[in-house]
Amino acid sequence: MDIILVGLSHKTAPVEVREKLSFTDAMLADGMVLLKGYGEIIECVILSTCNRVEIYSTVEESEMGVARIKDFLHSYQPDRPLDWITQHLYIHKNEGVVRHLFRVASSLDSMVVGEPQILGQVKDAFDTALLNKTTGAVLNKLFKKSISVAKRIRTETKIAENAVSVSFAAVELAKKIFSSLKDKRGMLIGAGEMGELAARYLVNSGIKEIVVSTRNYERALNLAQAYNGRAVRYEYFLDEMAKTDVVICSTGAPDYILRFDQMQDIIRKRKNRPIFLIDISVPRNIDPAINKIDNIFLYDIDDLQAVVDANLKTRKDEAEKGERIIDDEVDTFSKWFKSLEVVPTIVALKDKVEDIRRKELGRAIDRLKTLSPDEMQAVEALTNTIVNKILHGPLVALKGEADSNNGLLYAEAVRRLFNLEIKAPDEEDDEGGR
Amino acid sequence: MLNIFFFKAALGIYFLGMASFLYFLVSRKERPPRFSFGLTGIGFLTHTIALIVRTVEASYIPITSLHEAMSFFSWALVLAFLLVEYKYRIHVLGSFVLPLTFISLISSAALPMGIKMLDPLLQSAWLGVHTILAIMGATAFSMAFLAGVMYLLQEWFLKSKRFNSLHYKLPALDLLDTLNYRAISFGFPLLTLGIITGSIWAEYAWGTYWNWDPKQTWSLIIWLFYAAMLHGRVAMGWRGKKAAYLAIIGFAGVIFTFVGVNILLYGRHAFV
Repeated sequence: MDIILVGLSHKTAPVEVREKLSFTDAMLADGMVLLKGYGEIIECVILSTCNRVEIYSTVEESEMGVARIKDFLHSYQPDRPLDWITQHLYIHKNEGVVRHLFRVASSLDSMVVGEPQILGQVKDAFDTALLNKTTGAVLNKLFKKSISVAKRIRTETKIAENAVSVSFAAVELAKKIFSSLKDKRGMLIGAGEMGELAARYLVNSGIKEIVVSTRNYERALNLAQAYNGRAVRYEYFLDEMAKTDVVICSTGAPDYILRFDQMQDIIRKRKNRPIFLIDISVPRNIDPAINKIDNIFLYDIDDLQAVVDANLKTRKDEAEKGERIIDDEVDTFSKWFKSLEVVPTIVALKDKVEDIRRKELGRAIDRLKTLSPDEMQAVEALTNTIVNKILHGPLVALKGEADSNNGLLYAEAVRRLFNLEIKAPDEEDDEGGR
Repeated sequence: MLNIFFFKAALGIYFLGMASFLYFLVSRKERPPRFSFGLTGIGFLTHTIALIVRTVEASYIPITSLHEAMSFFSWALVLAFLLVEYKYRIHVLGSFVLPLTFISLISSAALPMGIKMLDPLLQSAWLGVHTILAIMGATAFSMAFLAGVMYLLQEWFLKSKRFNSLHYKLPALDLLDTLNYRAISFGFPLLTLGIITGSIWAEYAWGTYWNWDPKQTWSLIIWLFYAAMLHGRVAMGWRGKKAAYLAIIGFAGVIFTFVGVNILLYGRHAFV
């Protein structure tokens, strides 16, 4: 048995291909059930997000499985040639699949390392598979483990810390000036997209009130409503400033709308209570010299971008630690997967031989009724010794190869030679369970 | 002397605590440094025992020599730190408090540590009250000083837009400013009462409430300084960076009054 992965992602396929092949929620369950129906496929999970379409499965024979999955994907775009799909595909086997899924779930394979959505998407895909019974012992263990590995990496490294968007970075900075935003007032001047986003983050961080001022008063009224805030006519925003702690500026004005002397005035009126000015406009709307005034902190878009870049770099460094954790976990999982084949083989071999011994011993004892109990015991011991001596070599060899790549081969050989039947392994629960 | 044993043990433990807190300061970890807090707690208990034992061995409140005064100051500083940590959870404050504690304690260890016969002049209940109040005031001003230093660091990070792991460990500016203000509001009445009880004692000992002894003069100077600082904050918005600088200058004055006067200027107030 092999675990295989056939998929494509933002790293191998352009969005035109990804969007054509992605599965909607409604299609997902049907797709998994359909795929599971094929003889080559033992288990399967389809993971489909806007950045990737990946099919995880266990198969008896990997090449036939891969061919089946390619056909399956092609069946969703029958009008296009097969290689329109296959040229973007990557294929992994066994350890490679384990590593890939662990990296995907912990967002090390994501466009933005550390983004939180992917783990939820992996969980959802697995839940759909569970609901439709398209998984078994191996994929269940693999997906549960990937979820726990992702959590471990999130807590043990800093891949998910610090803002990686300009708007969020601005709010994070606000929290280093004001310990709590609950009694603070924010102002949004202009209605640029990033400005609106930053205002929304401020609201989510619990800011007391947002005042909106744009050239178009109607627009300000609408926005203010969305934030549960208040609109102020553009001519009067300066009057509000003395009562404002965080100002987000993102207008299309061609020149400075806040000048040095105005801000000096305002900070005096505020008795030096700090103001955080965020200028996300291009060209800039706030005179950069204002940053020199005590208790005023001015950040423009380049400053914020620099913060974001630094945070991204930190995340990349932390991702290295994540990779080491994954090396570790892949090792553990692979050992389990390999032993899966060898252990049941050992058990089946022992059972079969013990069964033969008992039956033959029973038959012989029927014929040897004259034996004393002592002699009976000696015969029993004799059969035991013979069986154990014969099995010793094969068992040691099997156990010894369990962790190597040959494990499957040995187990396969023993099963054929002794004509063994193997029961499906019991599913093991681990900390990733739900 | 048993108290010296405990004192030296506390000094050693604080040294480890300081090392551990300084490691936290430069490390990239941001989780609360439990080990450092553990050491600080054990150091504090050991020091408390040392002070109690010394009180028993000397049979007076042991704040009569420079050694004793600095030892008590260190004790009060760690106590203040633990209280501030409990209320505000500024873990990195330990990386600033512990070095100051250690410096004060090791200076104290360098001074004559023996218990002496108490000068009859100093055998007064007013003296105990006076010194405890004065040193607790100095402790509060030290806390304001440290808050000021941390404020200036964080302010520099935010203004220059250069961030390192210390920026993430330091709390928000307004919290540091609040700590500065609270510490001074707490220290100022203590200093006021310290000066009043000192005058009462002076009346007993020297027959006059105020005789412009250098220590008295300097106490008055820092009292006026902190009074102006509090007034300026309320009336003129002396907050943020200005308040941080003032807290640092004020602390320099406190140190001079506390230690410098004894060494540089001779007066009747010099410890026996």
